[in-house]
Amino acid sequence: MKNSHKKAAASYAVNLVLVLLLFAALYFLVSSGTVNRYYADLISLVCINVTLAVSLNLVTGVLGQLVLGHAGFMLVGAYACALFTKSSALPISVSFPIGLVLAGLMSAVFGVVIGVPALRLRGDYLAIITLGFGEIIRVVANNLKITGGAMGLSGIQAIANRKNPAGMLPYAFFIAAAAIFISFAFARSRHGRAVIAIREDEIAAEASGINTTYYKLLAFVLAAFIAGVAGGLYAHHLGVIDPAKYDFNRSVEILIMVVLGGMGSITGSVISASVLTVLPEALRSFSNYRMLAYSIVLICVMLFRPTGLLGKYEFSLSGTVARFTGKKKPAAAGGVKGGGAQ
Amino acid sequence: MSKAVLKADHLGITFGGLKAVTDFNAEIGEHELVGLIGPNGAGKTTIFNLLTGVYQPTEGSVYLDGKSMAGKKPHQMVKAGIARTFQNIRLFKDMTVIENVKVAFNQHMKYSVFGGMLRLPSFWKEEDGIDGKARELLRVFNMEDLAQNTAKNLPYGQQRKLEIARALATGAKVLLLDEPAAGMNPTETMELMNAIATIRERFGISIILIEHDMSLVMKICERIIVIDYGQIIATGTPAEVANNPKVIGAYLGE
Amino acid sequence: MNVFMTQTLNGLGLGSIYALIALGYSMVYGIVKLINFAHGDIIMVGGYVVLLMMVTMGLPLWMAVIGSVLFCALAGVLIERIAYRRLLNHGAPRISLLITAIGVSIFLQNLFQLIFGSDAKSVPQMFAFPPIAIGSLQIASSTIINIVVSVLMMIGLHLLVNKSRMGKAMRATSEDAGAAMLMGINTNHTVAFTFAVGSALAAVGAVLYCNTYPQLKPVMGNLLGLKAFVAAVLGGIGSIPGAMLGGYILGVAESWTKSYISSNLTDAVVFGILIVVLLLKPTGLLGKNVKEKV
Repeated sequence: MKNSHKKAAASYAVNLVLVLLLFAALYFLVSSGTVNRYYADLISLVCINVTLAVSLNLVTGVLGQLVLGHAGFMLVGAYACALFTKSSALPISVSFPIGLVLAGLMSAVFGVVIGVPALRLRGDYLAIITLGFGEIIRVVANNLKITGGAMGLSGIQAIANRKNPAGMLPYAFFIAAAAIFISFAFARSRHGRAVIAIREDEIAAEASGINTTYYKLLAFVLAAFIAGVAGGLYAHHLGVIDPAKYDFNRSVEILIMVVLGGMGSITGSVISASVLTVLPEALRSFSNYRMLAYSIVLICVMLFRPTGLLGKYEFSLSGTVARFTGKKKPAAAGGVKGGGAQ
Repeated sequence: MSKAVLKADHLGITFGGLKAVTDFNAEIGEHELVGLIGPNGAGKTTIFNLLTGVYQPTEGSVYLDGKSMAGKKPHQMVKAGIARTFQNIRLFKDMTVIENVKVAFNQHMKYSVFGGMLRLPSFWKEEDGIDGKARELLRVFNMEDLAQNTAKNLPYGQQRKLEIARALATGAKVLLLDEPAAGMNPTETMELMNAIATIRERFGISIILIEHDMSLVMKICERIIVIDYGQIIATGTPAEVANNPKVIGAYLGE
Repeated sequence: MNVFMTQTLNGLGLGSIYALIALGYSMVYGIVKLINFAHGDIIMVGGYVVLLMMVTMGLPLWMAVIGSVLFCALAGVLIERIAYRRLLNHGAPRISLLITAIGVSIFLQNLFQLIFGSDAKSVPQMFAFPPIAIGSLQIASSTIINIVVSVLMMIGLHLLVNKSRMGKAMRATSEDAGAAMLMGINTNHTVAFTFAVGSALAAVGAVLYCNTYPQLKPVMGNLLGLKAFVAAVLGGIGSIPGAMLGGYILGVAESWTKSYISSNLTDAVVFGILIVVLLLKPTGLLGKNVKEKV
């Protein structure tokens, strides 16, 4: 084993331990009733939004293409998962995980069907066509029988309930953690490198032997898969699916999380998704002014930090430790730009 | 001349009624260094675009090792063995120098999406191998120390060299260089020419070179193809071409 | 046949409103390459200003209309100056600009919600003359007004862009802002002017909208804006006749879907048309094809 492998393995181990510790702490807080049901739900919601933001970051940040229909994939996943658990005779502890996988797969299928034609377009036109697809998914769901029409789907079995307030937490938490790890690992693999190359210069990528159509679709479908899983989580988090909630505005909300955090920075997506989920709740008592304040903050951040709060910066634990112990040059430790097997 | 690696057979393309290139015939031998020259707007870059699949020819076709390349997309052309650089440098600006090179190695790598995402042993093994190869290639261009620099921060001459290194990393048999010395000072140009000579020796590849600096083309190319108005007006050794009245006419604008 | 004609005319009437709003999207996109998501909310602003002047202040209709147009033009200029110009002049990533536009849209909606409340407000009748009958065909007055006004506006805009000095500056800036600046064109003024004209047209659209569907809501700009934007893309963004054509197609398609298929599916049809057109002709029906040079 090479030295670099040892370092990577050590860094994975440290991160894993930290993730488990964080989970244990949250799980304790929720299951012991130290925080009430409201906060327990909020924690799960943060995890779901982090998953969504991280997935969209794969397309918008890593591939550099604007997508305005991400909520559509979420909706597909929500229905796939909820319809499965509702119709399945299996106990929910079995049917829910299966439903989540189905949600991801179904959404990925939609990703392929939409991505193949849409990814022929670029930039704003791609944004518009994904907007169109997202809206069509919603309108169709609004009019089908199986999806419950405009009334949506209700009576979806909740995973967290009074007896088990922490029921949702393991799913939401570990799926968010997995989404973060997978997108980090993806961005730093040969596939991610190819995708980043397309973002930087599509013609040059093609001239370097990259099958741009394939890699664009790969990033798009991977993002759709993760968004679908998040949708499945969200359906069981709320217990109902209201198609009107998965519209263009929801897509924009996810996009804002990504851009505000810094496009291409997974750390940024995680932080801004968390903040943008918690803050509106914290400001509930100022309900009339909170959206006004939100919009002003949004405009100001964009005006003064156009590349988002973190730009392309990624937080790396080993890098930070090395900086404090003075073993590594700060420049090499923090700003991971494109790849490099880490 | 040894066996032809790349062959252009009656290649032509028309843009909305305008014939940009007509009846372009050329054979590039193994290990040959050929210059493609001509006045501005003669169609040199268009020929490169035809040879690399950026444009599909409206007439004729391109053969690599005797196989027709008709209908192939640029990335398939690269896979088949034709790589290029661009007149206006096209690097992956925000990626590091070594990452730029690694992108071009991608088509020779095998580990799956899951292998990468889950960090399976196949990932580590191949990434290590590629890291070594990329460094080796950078060493040829004396750029190993710059491996971790961001591409856009390199000086102009180094950017040109990096683009060539990236093209080489694809494992091409034929390298198409579009004005590699443009914008370089005489020292940088000399250095670049030595590098081109080195890589030809070392990698045993054929090179086609578009260049405006005539003295330079005359010095290093074995054979020169001169085009004007999208047609070949002369081919031959540098000395032959230099004394060809048609060539002199084209350059003096008669 | 009568139903068909009526529905088509209704569609053209609705399409005229889309077209007027689409012109604003199209002009702004043409000059600064920004999908100005706040444009839809300018319609809402225009509507409320008319309401305020007519009902609260008791001013005559013509004053309310002019007031609304001026107010919206000013609002457009202010938005450009405060929220966009810094980003435009610093060459910021285009997506940042887009998010800023979305921010402005959220701001306007919530501001008006605070001031006027979130309930729908009804607008008193504005222009009314009896429906015109051609044979057995009855044409609503609002339909005729919409079509006539939109055509007049388009002709006016066409003359402005193609015949005036400012129009020349607009075309130059949209072609190449850097070169336009070197030729002595004040691109900042030109961009501001474009926003003013686009927003003024949106105000006219707002008046027509209120006259046709006499209701106002702070969030009305969302869907209306989105549809008008689709119209702009459909026709070929950056093209004035394209925006009009896109608006009419969309209006008629919507009207037909409502009467022959289902009113629930209008949005699906609208976006379906958009997708088909973009796939067949990515730059829209009347848009110019641009290919990146290698």
